[in-house]
Parts: sequence; C-alpha cells; structure tokens
Amino acid sequence: MAIEVRIPTILRTYTDGAKSVEGTGGTLDELFADLDARHGGLRDRLVDDAGLRRFVNVYLNDEDVRFLGGLGAPVHDGDTVTVLPAVAGGAA
Amino acid sequence: MLTIAAGLRDQIVAHARADHPDEACGVIAGPAGSDRPQRFIQMLNAERSPTFYRFDSLEQLRVWREMDDRDEEPVVIYHSHTATEAYPSRTDISYASEPGAHYVLVSTRAENADEFRSFKIIDGVVSEEPVTVTSPE
Repeated sequence: MAIEVRIPTILRTYTDGAKSVEGTGGTLDELFADLDARHGGLRDRLVDDAGLRRFVNVYLNDEDVRFLGGLGAPVHDGDTVTVLPAVAGGAA
Repeated sequence: MLTIAAGLRDQIVAHARADHPDEACGVIAGPAGSDRPQRFIQMLNAERSPTFYRFDSLEQLRVWREMDDRDEEPVVIYHSHTATEAYPSRTDISYASEPGAHYVLVSTRAENADEFRSFKIIDGVVSEEPVTVTSPE
C-alpha cells in the first residue's frame, strides 16, 4: 500500500504527464521528499523555506492540510493527497 | 478566441455587479478538450476584498472533484476588478496556474459600462483574445 498523490495539470511536467503518483512517508514532509527522489523538482513547487507554498493547496483526503498541521501532518497508507494550485489574483 | 453564450456572459457580469466593490470570482466548466464553457459556477472570494481574490480552498476541492467526475475542466476562470481596467494585473499573472483556461476579466469601475475581456496566461505571458458572444437559438 502507498499514498496516492493527485497532481494538477501544471505540475505534470514533473511526473511524465501522470495524473497521480504514489509515495510513502509518515508525514506529508516525508511523502514529498520521497516523491522528489523520483520526480525531481516537484517538492520545490510545493514547499519553500517557510513551509507549504502559500498559493498551493494541499489536501489530505477531504481536508486542507493547513488545518492538520501542514507539512507535519501524519499520513497513512491508503490516504489520498490532492494538490491544487490556488486560484487567486486581483487588482492589487 | 473565447466563444461564450450570452447568458453565461450575463451571469458573470451580474455576479461582478452583485459583489462590487469586492472582487467576484468563479469558473465556467465545460467538457474536457471541448473549449466550450457551459456550466456556470459562482465561487466565494475567500478574501472578500476589493483588490484581491482567492477561491475558498475547500470549495475549490469540491468543485474541481465534481468537474473531474463529470469529465469537465475549467474552461473559463473569471474575476472582476472593481476600480481598475479589465486587464490582468501582475498578481493575476503570477498566480495564473491553468494554462488551458480562458481568464476572463470584468471591470465594474464604470456604473453603466461593462468591460468584459478574455486572456490566455501561459508561463507569465498574457495574450488577449477576441470574445465571440453567441445568442440563444
């Protein structure tokens, strides 16, 4: 068993076009590090020095991981992680 | 080029007017690969701001999943500017993350005149495109 990670269109250049990939880890941080070993560069698009990038939404099953502890959120086999770029902008 | 039904255009403008002076935002979904906007989805502006918008993250997940289940994609992503022209700002460009979408901007700065324009935003490059509005048969 592993954790399924659903990848948005704009990041599929890192996954050879795959809509979802699988990884392992005990926390979201470990999962992203594991993914990066096979999909180099992906982690950088999700995480910066301060933690999760502000305009990337990451969901664990049906929850926004910001409410679950961010990168430290525990993940388990069988979970689904969904990445969606935030839709944002404005005149400012 | 964006081809859009008059009714959908009117719904976008009405939403922008209703939320003025805050920015309004939403999506028009269409069958994947069709480039035809069909299903109007008004979204919350989680920022409730006159100068910024952001989809509510949980609403976005729900709507994106629904589109996935129906084999749809966001053909149009719209938002309003309420005091400036209907042209992508630097903020709009830096956060644009759907290279396949038509980014529609509406300006509500003038009470009697609607500005309705459409753009492609790909890798930080903006190109305006013509808008063809189709009337009901």
